[in-house]
Amino acid sequence: MKSVQGTTGLIFNEPLLWEKGKKGRCGFSLPRRDVKKYPLDKRFKGDGPDFPDLSEVDVVRHFTRLSQWNYGVDSGMYPLGSCTMKYNPKCNEKQANLDGFAGAHPLLPSSLSQGALGMMYELEQLLGEITGLDAVNLQPAAGAHGELTAMLIFSACHRSRGSLRSKILIPDTAHGTNPSSSALCGFHPVPVKSGEDGILAPETIAETMDEETAGIMITNPNTLGLFEENIKEIAKIVHSKGGLVYVDGANMNAVMGMVSMGDIGVDAMHLNLHKTFSTPHGGGGPGSGPVCVAKFLEPFLPVPRIVREEGGYTLSYDFPETVGKLHAFYGNFGILVRAYSYILTMGKNLKKASQLAVLNANYIKERLKDVFYLPYDRPCMHECVFTDKKQQAAKIATLDVAKRLMDYGFHPPTIYFPLVVHGALMIEPTETESREDIDLFIETLKTIAGEAEEHPERLHEAPTAPKVRRMDETAAARKPCLAG
Amino acid sequence: MRYFPHTDEDIAAMLKLVGVGTLEDLFSTIPEDCRRKKALSLPEAMTEWDLNRHMRALSLDMAAYPEYKVYLGAGSYEHYIPAAVSYLLERSEFSTAYTPYQPEISQGTLQAMYEYQTLVARLLGMDVANASMYDGASALAEAFKMSFNIKRKRKTLAISGVVNPLYRSVVETYFAPTEYRVVELPYLQNGTTDLSGIAEIEELAAVAVQSPNFFGCLEDLQSAGEAAHLKDALLIACFTEPLAYGLLRNPGSQGPDIACGEGQSLGIPQSFGGPGLGMFAVKKDYVRKMPGRLVGRTKDLDGKDGFVLTLATREQHIRREKATSNICSNQGLCALTAAMYMASVGGKGIRDLAGLNRDKAEYLKERLREAGVKMAFETPTFNEFVVQFPKGLEAKYEELLGKKIVAGLPLVPYYPELAHHYLLCVTETKTRDDLDALVAEITS
Amino acid sequence: MKEITELSFPEDVRYTKDHEWGKSVDGKVKVGISDYAQDQLGEIVFVELPEVGAAFEKGDEFGTLESVKAVSELYMPVGGEVVGVNSQLEDSPELVNSDPYDGGWIIEVAAGDASEMDGLMDKSTYVEELKGIKP
Repeated sequence: MKSVQGTTGLIFNEPLLWEKGKKGRCGFSLPRRDVKKYPLDKRFKGDGPDFPDLSEVDVVRHFTRLSQWNYGVDSGMYPLGSCTMKYNPKCNEKQANLDGFAGAHPLLPSSLSQGALGMMYELEQLLGEITGLDAVNLQPAAGAHGELTAMLIFSACHRSRGSLRSKILIPDTAHGTNPSSSALCGFHPVPVKSGEDGILAPETIAETMDEETAGIMITNPNTLGLFEENIKEIAKIVHSKGGLVYVDGANMNAVMGMVSMGDIGVDAMHLNLHKTFSTPHGGGGPGSGPVCVAKFLEPFLPVPRIVREEGGYTLSYDFPETVGKLHAFYGNFGILVRAYSYILTMGKNLKKASQLAVLNANYIKERLKDVFYLPYDRPCMHECVFTDKKQQAAKIATLDVAKRLMDYGFHPPTIYFPLVVHGALMIEPTETESREDIDLFIETLKTIAGEAEEHPERLHEAPTAPKVRRMDETAAARKPCLAG
Repeated sequence: MRYFPHTDEDIAAMLKLVGVGTLEDLFSTIPEDCRRKKALSLPEAMTEWDLNRHMRALSLDMAAYPEYKVYLGAGSYEHYIPAAVSYLLERSEFSTAYTPYQPEISQGTLQAMYEYQTLVARLLGMDVANASMYDGASALAEAFKMSFNIKRKRKTLAISGVVNPLYRSVVETYFAPTEYRVVELPYLQNGTTDLSGIAEIEELAAVAVQSPNFFGCLEDLQSAGEAAHLKDALLIACFTEPLAYGLLRNPGSQGPDIACGEGQSLGIPQSFGGPGLGMFAVKKDYVRKMPGRLVGRTKDLDGKDGFVLTLATREQHIRREKATSNICSNQGLCALTAAMYMASVGGKGIRDLAGLNRDKAEYLKERLREAGVKMAFETPTFNEFVVQFPKGLEAKYEELLGKKIVAGLPLVPYYPELAHHYLLCVTETKTRDDLDALVAEITS
Repeated sequence: MKEITELSFPEDVRYTKDHEWGKSVDGKVKVGISDYAQDQLGEIVFVELPEVGAAFEKGDEFGTLESVKAVSELYMPVGGEVVGVNSQLEDSPELVNSDPYDGGWIIEVAAGDASEMDGLMDKSTYVEELKGIKP
């Protein structure tokens, strides 16, 4: 191999916050006191929390050192399937931090928040155009929140038609949030099996769809990285029994500019702005999961909605059929600013982004398929799924491969998902990875596959380069220690 | 395009390896009838410089500090954010990292979350806090869901009418398609919750009371807890301004089973309402029923201390439809912000800051009273309170908007019975001169 | 995970298709999970036990077993009232892994209908069932 991405270096031990500091230190510039102290009824007075007292230097060093133990997209390739870990543009951060946005109170009169309202209105239009659906709401704070919103909309729609529906069809390849979101709305998830070719067959849907079923939740492209080719027919079947079609848009990065969800029978979908639209993952969030619907579902969208009038934009609650409110205010506005900035920066390049994402995934698939077992040897979309079948003889599992990748300086792909593939290793490079980095990633995986044969102990022991080795998760779950 | 590293040569070589002729060919599995008929119609791609101009113009069409003096609270609070905190959040190892499912290379996020969980538990006086929910409103809805999970056969929840009305709206939305009933508790003349009705509620699973409440008034959580526990129901203590606990008795000391609310005050910009921070903490008996991610301390193979996501079997990716919640992405970076902020202000700092907030609000109250303005409720408050402006002040309010002063939140849209009532919020960001000027303007 | 031949299946208990075992002891039925089940689940971290006095029918869910990566529901092999639970499992859930048929017993049931035990599988039938399960 020409070069290895990962190496070792100097990182620091850093204790917990309350193991540092000294009583009386302060890391905050207390504003001037220009008013007197007022007495407080003893009933209400407390002692204040047991927080450590730290200087500013203590705080800055602490978190700087902690950050150095982490791996981000800015560190290297992050090929997590179904997560779309693409590059997070820095100029978008700048826009979100503009005083007028960052410092704005959500309950300002409309006349004083035209900038934000106008931006949100435009973003709704842009997302509508990208998905091919008619109406958009930006309130959901994450993908799962968007799914919940859509399920609430389905529930409200069926109720308005006087129809009682208690079930929903969910493919076996679905993300865990799909059944959990539908259960929250009282829809009992009915699993449907994907075919041998990895996609849903219309016959399977026809067998299970009935008048007690609210509809279907499909991820398209699905979590195997395959386009659900029969979606139009499936939608027809579901619609024929009065059901509704929901698409989990987590994998939208594969089809921008290629497919219009509105044209293929989709009634509602959500988008993940922190996936397709480049907003940072933040170590777990915040994300944003706008919901896009066909015209007939528009009346059910959450409130308030942005309305454009003569004088400008206002927020209106005047939608009697709305499902209600899911967020105290209007959603993760700061994330919306970033996504909006991204769309304005990309323009029609969004289509190219999808094309390059799909190119990168197919390239990896072709170059690794003789090294790792490829359960579905057909053109993939923006991600491809391998398994550890070829490594089983050497008693090496997907987990061991993932852990060894860390020693080589790569974040592992998604492992053990989707559940329908035993020992799944799901790779999504995204379009922002260069050919050199992808080639290095491929070479690294080939090296690891070789190590699996010759030196399996290296994989079993991995990782050894990062700050800690494999964690004792059993002890963590048996005797949880969740606070210090 | 600067986010596309591929050159034309790269693309050609890669297409050749894949075995197709053009980028379009890669999409052969998408049936013709699923393709877009029209190309995407989007505005022309902007350069970085045009984007800066465009966004700046939008941002200037907003009312914000320091140009505007905004006296609004009601769930979103203007507080100073130290430059050190904003700077640390730019460490892209934090912001561009994923959820810490691979603990070996996420110890930074994991230790920071463990610290966050600990500081929140200490601030709220509870046993265990999770690593965040979306916001205070959805956190409250999840708290009720958790209560139904614990009190399996109960069907009713009671929510105080002085819990933030936006939160109540969200709770109603979450429970609309279910068989559960929401009962609202009225408020008393003194601006606090009327707990007397709790005794009559059948099949009660939980009671939620906010303190300081939407009117800014401090509630008697002890009594609320007693009333709830008498019915073998849970008490949920919610809040929108956690800074209050630098000065006031924390919820945990008054007996709730769950404490949840909004953490935006802890170093997170208001940002037109989001992203915020749903804080959620429980008594240790309920840990396995909690929604959201949890970080636990453990050791690695060499016996070294470290941190890992734990009790994951509650969560959707394992438990699916039986999960405690459907939450996947949370508000991770906002929780990190709060941890940095709490670390910066420290124990002494938060007491001073909380005291300053209250004293400035009390100062405004005093000056307004002197000028003949009536306080709506006599109950002690923290940094928000309700005034009853003289009739005809609506015109003055509009005039003040023109003078770049937002003199509180009119309450009529939320409480139609409270005509001419305004909710005023004063934080450490307002100087004595600002407050004197406000009084002068209102009473002129 | 182990091969079926490496696992143990005593003759003196009867098995369900969900991998619980039932054993008549002093007129009551002791219940646990088979060696195959504990091996599949991995290290148990938590056992959710029912209340003593709770009554269930055959096939009802009476509790759960959690490992780090999975949760498994526990189903009644026979119907009846729960007259005993293995409280040792609160502090030592790993007993289910190390000693699934003895120290790792989970509940004790006063069976409503003794004949329900006859409907369960004996060792050889159960092992045949396991061999038929796809990996």
